[in-house]
Amino acid sequence: MALVALTAHELCSMLKARQVSCLEVTQAVLERISAVDGEVRAYVTVTADQALETARAVDEQIARGDEPGPLTGIPVAVKDNMCTQGILTTCSSRILYNFVPPYDATVVERLAKAGSVMVGKTNLDEFAMGSSTENSGLFTTHNPWNLTRVPGGSSGGSAAAVAADEAIVALGSDTGGSIRQPASFCGVVGLKPTYGRVSRYGLVAFASSLDQIGPITKDVTDAALLLQAIAGKDPLDSTSVDVPVPDYLSSLQNDVKGLRIGVPKEFFAQGVQPEIADAVWKSIELLGSLGADYREIPMPIMEYTLPTYYILAPAEASSNLARYDGVRYGLRSKHSPDVVTMLVKTRGEGFGAEVKQRIMIGTYALSAGYYDAYYLKAQKVRTLVRQAYDEAFKEFDVLISPTSPTVAFGIGERVDDPFQMKLADVCTIPVNLAGIPAISLTCGFHDGLPIGMQIMGKPFDEEALLRVAYTFEQNTDYRKRKPAL
Amino acid sequence: MAEYEPVIGIEVHAELLTESKMFCDCSADFGGAPNSRTCPVCLGLPGSLPVANKKAVEYVVRTALALNCEISEQSIFHRKNYFYPDLPKNYQISQYDNPIGRNGWIDITVNGETKRIGIRRVHLEEDTAKLIHVGGDQSFIDYNRSGVPLMEIVSEADIRSADESREYLIRLRAILTYLAVNDGKMEEGSLRAEPNISLRPKGTEKFGTKTELKNLNSFRAVYRGLDYEIERQKHVLEEGGKIVQETRRWDDTHGVTASMRSKEFEQEYRYFPDPDLVPMHFTREFVEEQHRALPELPEAKKERLIRDYGLPPYDAEILTNTRAFADFYEEAVKAFNEPKTVSNWMMGDFTRLLNAAGMDIAESKVKPADLASMLKMISEGTISGKIAKSVFEEMFETGKPPEEIVKAKGLTQITSEAELHPIVDRVIAENPRIVEDFLGGKEKSFGFLVGQVMKYTQGRASPEVVNRLLRERLASSAK
Repeated sequence: MALVALTAHELCSMLKARQVSCLEVTQAVLERISAVDGEVRAYVTVTADQALETARAVDEQIARGDEPGPLTGIPVAVKDNMCTQGILTTCSSRILYNFVPPYDATVVERLAKAGSVMVGKTNLDEFAMGSSTENSGLFTTHNPWNLTRVPGGSSGGSAAAVAADEAIVALGSDTGGSIRQPASFCGVVGLKPTYGRVSRYGLVAFASSLDQIGPITKDVTDAALLLQAIAGKDPLDSTSVDVPVPDYLSSLQNDVKGLRIGVPKEFFAQGVQPEIADAVWKSIELLGSLGADYREIPMPIMEYTLPTYYILAPAEASSNLARYDGVRYGLRSKHSPDVVTMLVKTRGEGFGAEVKQRIMIGTYALSAGYYDAYYLKAQKVRTLVRQAYDEAFKEFDVLISPTSPTVAFGIGERVDDPFQMKLADVCTIPVNLAGIPAISLTCGFHDGLPIGMQIMGKPFDEEALLRVAYTFEQNTDYRKRKPAL
Repeated sequence: MAEYEPVIGIEVHAELLTESKMFCDCSADFGGAPNSRTCPVCLGLPGSLPVANKKAVEYVVRTALALNCEISEQSIFHRKNYFYPDLPKNYQISQYDNPIGRNGWIDITVNGETKRIGIRRVHLEEDTAKLIHVGGDQSFIDYNRSGVPLMEIVSEADIRSADESREYLIRLRAILTYLAVNDGKMEEGSLRAEPNISLRPKGTEKFGTKTELKNLNSFRAVYRGLDYEIERQKHVLEEGGKIVQETRRWDDTHGVTASMRSKEFEQEYRYFPDPDLVPMHFTREFVEEQHRALPELPEAKKERLIRDYGLPPYDAEILTNTRAFADFYEEAVKAFNEPKTVSNWMMGDFTRLLNAAGMDIAESKVKPADLASMLKMISEGTISGKIAKSVFEEMFETGKPPEEIVKAKGLTQITSEAELHPIVDRVIAENPRIVEDFLGGKEKSFGFLVGQVMKYTQGRASPEVVNRLLRERLASSAK
């Protein structure tokens, strides 16, 4: 098998055994990018020179016999909304078209410390607002399984890069499903950790109380490996939580005996394609045949999660995105007679339509006179969503649902139908509202496109997710299918 | 015509004396080359996150306790959203409906009467950057101040005169400096007072339309600014006019206030809890611990000075206005146990010299022990009180101990009779008419003769000895 098709854990053992050098692996990935990224368009920036330099340094370390880090020599792609010192970080927005951060995000620093080699920055919906990368202010990424389809979003670039073997592993960020939905569309594994599990320092904020960084990988083992490297309290992020990080690799057990699975029926309602519901149910039954117990449960509050999200996320975004004013960095509109005009023109020219719409919604929701009716009420619903999950997890170890109601849709198909577009996140949004962890992995195919299954868990119990996902992966062979590029 | 009563509330912003900024590790010190004390957090760069400065929170809790406030069990930071180039995130992290402290008070004394002024709230926020307009179409921004911890103290509208306002601020500054949470420097802007003021007919309840005053950079400016504004509003109302709700800037040079901007429309700040920060929980243990950590506060110190040193309340009040002044006083008294004498010198000559030099006592070169030794030299008769004044001036100028000055200049008092006899004889010999007058019963002439002896000794002669010798000699010459 080609080097680029291998997983991180496979490459790690080869690198350790010196069957291959880091330089070879890195070169292979860079060649793969040159070969297919013209069609896929996963990357905003490819950092070939830095990657080769790092790879050589890693090889020297290995040659010296230094203790290699857990990701030593593994080429990794990073979503372009995480700050990388000296490397363009655009958030796929015109307003940050030239922004080069003077610092690394904590996750980027931790990946470097673990020995990985960053090969580039991947495309996203502008400021992570969207479900298809069609809102990217730069270009649209294509689904490696079918280039006329979207890769999902907002981490569409990262998911497509991993699916197309243009990266061994990647980082995404997930505010309402932005890791899981593209992972589902691209047939890879996407894990959104518990809110507070991974530092957000250096992640350009969309909605601070919902954003979380996580792995996008080819298999569950790699997800565990990558999570291990990035998880843990960060003194620079007050919202990161000081809960001990377990050994995630040891939770990879092919065993679900006695596991209690809840199946919230509301997740199978709103516009879920029958083929998807079927595939997910079949997967649940498979887990049942492996010894897990499962039962359907009602979670009626889920009906309100989409409107709740579309008040809270824009409210936070309207404030988070206020700093893009042309004063200090990024785009500055020219020929303004005064500072107010400069600010208005810069934001007018720099932001795309979706971002503007959300800023307006959020500004409205926070305004005096509307605050109680919108923001405060949405916060109350959020509490109810959290409580509904708490209740469910008294009875169940994990909950399972589809990741997205459909498989990847066509590029351009939903751009004029914002409601349909936003429905793509109906199964993933509740998880962010509750702050719980969830993983998506392939559980079938429809029309030659992957179907994603979402497994949700208790706060800080990523181990349960990994164990269920690993067991499923070991007992199926969806993971072995590759897009024909 | 109705008599008007001013209604005044004061908002005070105090920069906290923490080492680092409110939400990052950058130095919070004053000065530094422009933008040298910055990082991704205080520049509001994309992806940066705030982490609250624990020391700053403790300082505010302590201040709130010293101001007799209730401490919220849970307090949170809000974002105050507005666009301005000195605000790097275009929102300020501040506090809204959940401040750290509320419902406190302090007592002030005006014209011998004590009055209680309510404290509505004490909260914590971050300072903004500094805009530097160079003229033309260019402005620069220095972010060194961006993110410096700022404490806001809002009084109730309990204040009724310019006098009370000044007194309130003096006592508030005293408390802040005692707590060592703020340096109290209004002139440098690290302590800023923004009063709002309205008038209403005496005896009525309803508030009138208020104006807010800015640019009051000293206690004197606060007094003058309010005094002016009270008269201005009175004039407008008496002419049948209406007060416009606005911010007015005090012009210290011309002694007037002028309109800065209208505040007729409530600003829309879209406050909401900052999701990047976690709520602060103050347990009873923590609050008690902070309470125990409070130093002796001005009121307590004032009472103690009255009690222990027998000082008049007026002296005790003045001496305790800053912690440094009170500390100096107590240390000097420790070395020279005549409390009222020390107080007189400090409130008199020392204060006069400090004011003339525009100096704080902390910056003065005079040490408490040196003031004490000088006072001791007076009481022991080594120098005269008159000489002491010039000695002290030199101590103030040079920081030299008084012994050194007295010795170098030969200012020691002459008490030796052997040394003074010839001079007394000479004065008697040189002034026969005056001596005659004196002997004829003109007691006043005696003072002239003493003065002559002093003149010949450059004021160093001990007045006591001179008196005695003169009287002896004159008595014998009368025989």
